[in-house]
Amino acid sequence: MKVLVGVKRVLDPQVKARVKADKSGIDLTNAKMTMNPFCENAVEEALRLRESGAVEEVIALSIGAAKSEETLRNALALGADRAILVLTEDVLEPLALAKVFKAIVEKETPDLVLVGKQAIDDECNQTGQMVSALLGWPQATFASKLEFVDGTAQVTREVDSGIETINVNMPAVISADLRLNEPRYASLPNVMKAKRKPLDKINLSDLGLDTANRLTTLEVVEPPARAAGVIVETVAELVDKLRNEAKVI
Amino acid sequence: MSILIIAEHDNVSLVGATLNTVTAAQQIGGDIDLLIAGNGCGAAAQAAAQIAGVNRVLLADHASLDGQLAENVANLVVSIADNYSHVLSAATTFGKNFMPRAAALLDVSQISEISEVISADTFVRPVYAGNAMATVQSSDRIKLITVRITKFDAAAETGGSAPVEVVDACADSGLSRFIGLSSSKTERVELTSAAIVISGGRGMQNGENFQMLESVADKLGAAVGASRAAVDAGFVPNDYQVGQTGKVIAPDLYIAVGLSGAIQHLAGMKDSKTIVAINKDSEAPIFQVADYGLVADLFEAIPALDKALSD
Repeated sequence: MKVLVGVKRVLDPQVKARVKADKSGIDLTNAKMTMNPFCENAVEEALRLRESGAVEEVIALSIGAAKSEETLRNALALGADRAILVLTEDVLEPLALAKVFKAIVEKETPDLVLVGKQAIDDECNQTGQMVSALLGWPQATFASKLEFVDGTAQVTREVDSGIETINVNMPAVISADLRLNEPRYASLPNVMKAKRKPLDKINLSDLGLDTANRLTTLEVVEPPARAAGVIVETVAELVDKLRNEAKVI
Repeated sequence: MSILIIAEHDNVSLVGATLNTVTAAQQIGGDIDLLIAGNGCGAAAQAAAQIAGVNRVLLADHASLDGQLAENVANLVVSIADNYSHVLSAATTFGKNFMPRAAALLDVSQISEISEVISADTFVRPVYAGNAMATVQSSDRIKLITVRITKFDAAAETGGSAPVEVVDACADSGLSRFIGLSSSKTERVELTSAAIVISGGRGMQNGENFQMLESVADKLGAAVGASRAAVDAGFVPNDYQVGQTGKVIAPDLYIAVGLSGAIQHLAGMKDSKTIVAINKDSEAPIFQVADYGLVADLFEAIPALDKALSD
């Protein structure tokens, strides 16, 4: 079995996003960038499937600017066999990303597409669902456990009301939640080795797809700040404030 | 304009988030139809017909909609979406699951988790864990939207009398099967609709200690939540999780106990009206968003709080 796993380069989750003064977006100049945390779970799951013998090849795919190569090298250092970078300076919407995924799936014919459930920057939570729609494959989103049973995938999903289990035909698109696994770290020798692993670059324009954005961002601003609070000294003072000042209990 | 809302329900009753979605639709403006898709969901359709401001309830009651699998729900939505200018659902795990699939099938972009309606084609949505608010304008012929429910009040549950019309469901895609759902059993008010929430973090040390929070919650009529760290550590089930990747809530009172307040947690609760932080580490980031901070050992403060509320 062959797995295609999507990885996205995003602002490090520990770094607070700064809005640009001209309100055009987030200032990423010199900002620490990293692999989207949910993509790390997707990569980890693909690697575990290969280690279990269920999968022979893990291909990492990223769609973005040239610097996304760093994120793909990271995936290769973690253990992906090879990587594909679809180059574009534009920030594509999930619908366009899904069209690129579809084109790559048709070329590489994987049996499974693994992605993170959402990116922590634009927080769309769409790409996996859209990829499966365009391919006509089933989807299993927000996966916290994955098993193969008689040629199908049994997936445990974290939903608002608890834990749901579904069974999907293969090939399928599965989106990873954070509790799917605990991602590994890349060892230094593997980081060195990753530099020599194959990484194909494709220009987005060569794929001949309509990837025009449908949304225009008019402005990006900071949310209103909360007024500063007070430190209370005792539980009694806290209860008094909640009863008589905030009037919430 | 005409708006279709895909209601969330358990066949018998509506999930509260649907009422907030109705309010978002009213702000866009136009006739509002509500789709109830399920298997044996007639009762939910009757409940939906009572909601104030609903024009029609569309009922798709079919075995293929058992478990509301994304493939079958999306195909149904696509089959009727062309009659509408907007299709809305709450940004819950239900809405987030089928809506992008329907959007891709219709070749439109989805607008995720809107927090404000500016006009029929322009919306505000939080990005970067709520640290920025983006205003976006859609050029798509149909706007597929998920709604951040904490940003819209609930519409009145009664007062309407919409007709219920039966629509055809699509055949089962055969791609996926619903096996089961296991919910944590609680008598308590639901996390997303609770007026008061008390949440614990890693500082709780284990699952048994959450009983201290449960006891306080009983006295306040509150729901109990948790940080990702507490869920990852196995103290409580996943449906307790508040944050960027869990539930986004905005109760009147949020009490954060023994949790540091990572960016990802703040994203799920910082719109709460009043925030209380109880943590022994005075440097914990949670104090930056708290209206009332108590620097104390939770193992002394929570029993004392419990006692104070009993008096």
